[in-house]
Amino acid sequence: MLLPLAAVVSKSTEGGWAHFWDTVTSRQSVAALKLTLLSALVVTLVNVVFGTLIAWVLVRDEFPGKRFINALIDLPFALPTIVAGITLLALYGPKGPIGINVAYTKAAIIMALLFVTLPFVVRSVQPVIIELDREMEEAAASLGAGAITTFRRIILPNLMPAIVAGAALGFARAVGEFGSIVLISGNIPFKTQVASVFIFGQIESDNTTGAAAVSVVLLLLSVIILVGIRGLGAWWSRHES
Amino acid sequence: MRVERRTQLGLRAVALLYLTALLAVPVGLVFYRTFEHGWGQFWDAITTPAAIHAFWLTLEIALIAVPLNTVFGVVAALALVRGNFRGKWLIEALIDIPFAVSPIVIGLSLILVYGSTGWLGSWFVDHGIQIIFAVPGMVLATIFVSLPFVVREVEPVLREVGDEQEQAAATLGASSRQIFTRITLPAIRWGVAYGVVLSMARAIGEFGAVSVVSGKIAGQTETLTLLVEKRYGNFDVSGAYAASLLLVVIALVTLFAMTLIKPRKEPTT
Repeated sequence: MLLPLAAVVSKSTEGGWAHFWDTVTSRQSVAALKLTLLSALVVTLVNVVFGTLIAWVLVRDEFPGKRFINALIDLPFALPTIVAGITLLALYGPKGPIGINVAYTKAAIIMALLFVTLPFVVRSVQPVIIELDREMEEAAASLGAGAITTFRRIILPNLMPAIVAGAALGFARAVGEFGSIVLISGNIPFKTQVASVFIFGQIESDNTTGAAAVSVVLLLLSVIILVGIRGLGAWWSRHES
Repeated sequence: MRVERRTQLGLRAVALLYLTALLAVPVGLVFYRTFEHGWGQFWDAITTPAAIHAFWLTLEIALIAVPLNTVFGVVAALALVRGNFRGKWLIEALIDIPFAVSPIVIGLSLILVYGSTGWLGSWFVDHGIQIIFAVPGMVLATIFVSLPFVVREVEPVLREVGDEQEQAAATLGASSRQIFTRITLPAIRWGVAYGVVLSMARAIGEFGAVSVVSGKIAGQTETLTLLVEKRYGNFDVSGAYAASLLLVVIALVTLFAMTLIKPRKEPTT
C-alpha cells in the first residue's frame, strides 16, 4: 500500500520541483482542483444539515417503514458508483421523465456527491443521538428552554464531534470521487472537470507525471483530513475528561 | 426534548423527501427503465458473451480479494488492539488511506509500481508476468480499495470483548492456536462477517481504480461496472441499465445481509 503511494510522490517530482509546481498550477489543474474543493465543501455543508436531520428523525421519530428507510441509508455504500451516476442520469438527465436536466453542469456534480456521501454524517451521528441523555434535555425544558434553545445549547454540543468526524470523512470521499461523476459531469475543462476525472484523462493520454502531480495534491489532502480527524478526536476526548 | 407535533412531522417530511429525491426515485426509475421493454430484452442484455464474461470476472476478482483482505483484516485488527508497538498510531491512521484517497490515485499508484516501466514492473515483464492491463492488476486494485473494511469492523468488537477470556484460557493451558479458534474467533465472528459483506460489495462495485489498471479489453479485463460504463458510452442505454440492475440487485442483497448481521455484531457480554 505504501510502496505504490510512494511511487506517486516520486513520479510527481521526476521532472524537478519546478516542473511539479508548473503542472499543479497550470490553469486547467487549478480549475479542476478548485471545482473539486468547492463542490466537496458545498456537499459537506448540506450533509451536515441533512445528515443530522435524518439521523434525528431515524432515532427520535416513529413512523411505519422506518426500519426500511434506515436500511436504505447504506445504499450509496453498497451501490457501485458508476451505477449511482447512471441512476441519477435516469431521473435528472437529458431524457428524465420530470423535465429537469442537470447533466454536464456543476449541479450534477453536487448531486452525485450528495448521493455517494449521504451515509457518512447519518451513520456517525445516529449512535450518538441514541446514547444522548434525555434527562439533560428535560432539565433544560423544565427550566424554560424552548426546543431551539435546547437543541442549540444541549444537543448540538454533544453531537458536534460525531458531526465533524462524519463530515470530514464525507469531504475526503467527495474530493476523490470518480465513478459517479465521470458520466454525469461531462468532463468539460474549466467548467465541470473535477480533479479525479482530470487525473484519469492525464493517465489515458500517457502523461503519468502530470497525473501524479495532481494526485499528490489529493493525497496530501486525504492525509491531512485523516490525521485531523484523529487529532480532533483525541483532543475532544481529553477535553471531556 | 419534547418536540411539537408539527415540528416533528415537518422534520420527518424533509428527511423523507430528501431521501426520496436522492435515492429512492432514481433507483426505482432504473428498475422501470430496464423492464420497460419487457423481461426478454433485459435477459438478452445480461446474457451476451461480454456480459457473462464480465459477471464471472467480477466474481473471480472479488473471490480472490475478499478472502485475502479478511485474513489481513483479522491479523491487523489483532495486532492493533492486542499488540503494543512503536508507531501504532501511525498504522492506525494509515489503514484508512484507501477510504480517503481517490480510487483514481490508487489506480495510478499501481501503474507506477507494476506497469511495464514501473518500479517493480520490469522485473515482472522479464518473467513474463503482466500485471497492469491484466487481471492481477485489477485484483491488486480491488484489494487496495477494500483493505480497511474488515479491520475497521473487527477492531471495535475486539476492544469491546476484552482479553479476559483469552487470558483465562491461557492460564488453563490452551495454546495460542486454540485460544484463537475457540475464544477469539467466535467472539468476533459477526464483526468479521459484517466486514466481509462490506468488502464484497466494494470489490464487486469498484470502478475507478479498476478502470485505470484494466485497459478495458472486452472479453478479457472487463468487469460489470466497466461494462456498464462502456455500454452507456456506446449509447446502448438499455444495455447499461440492464447491467446496472444486476449490480443494484447485488447491492440490495448486500443491504439485506447488513441488516441481518448488524444486530448480532454488537457484543452481548
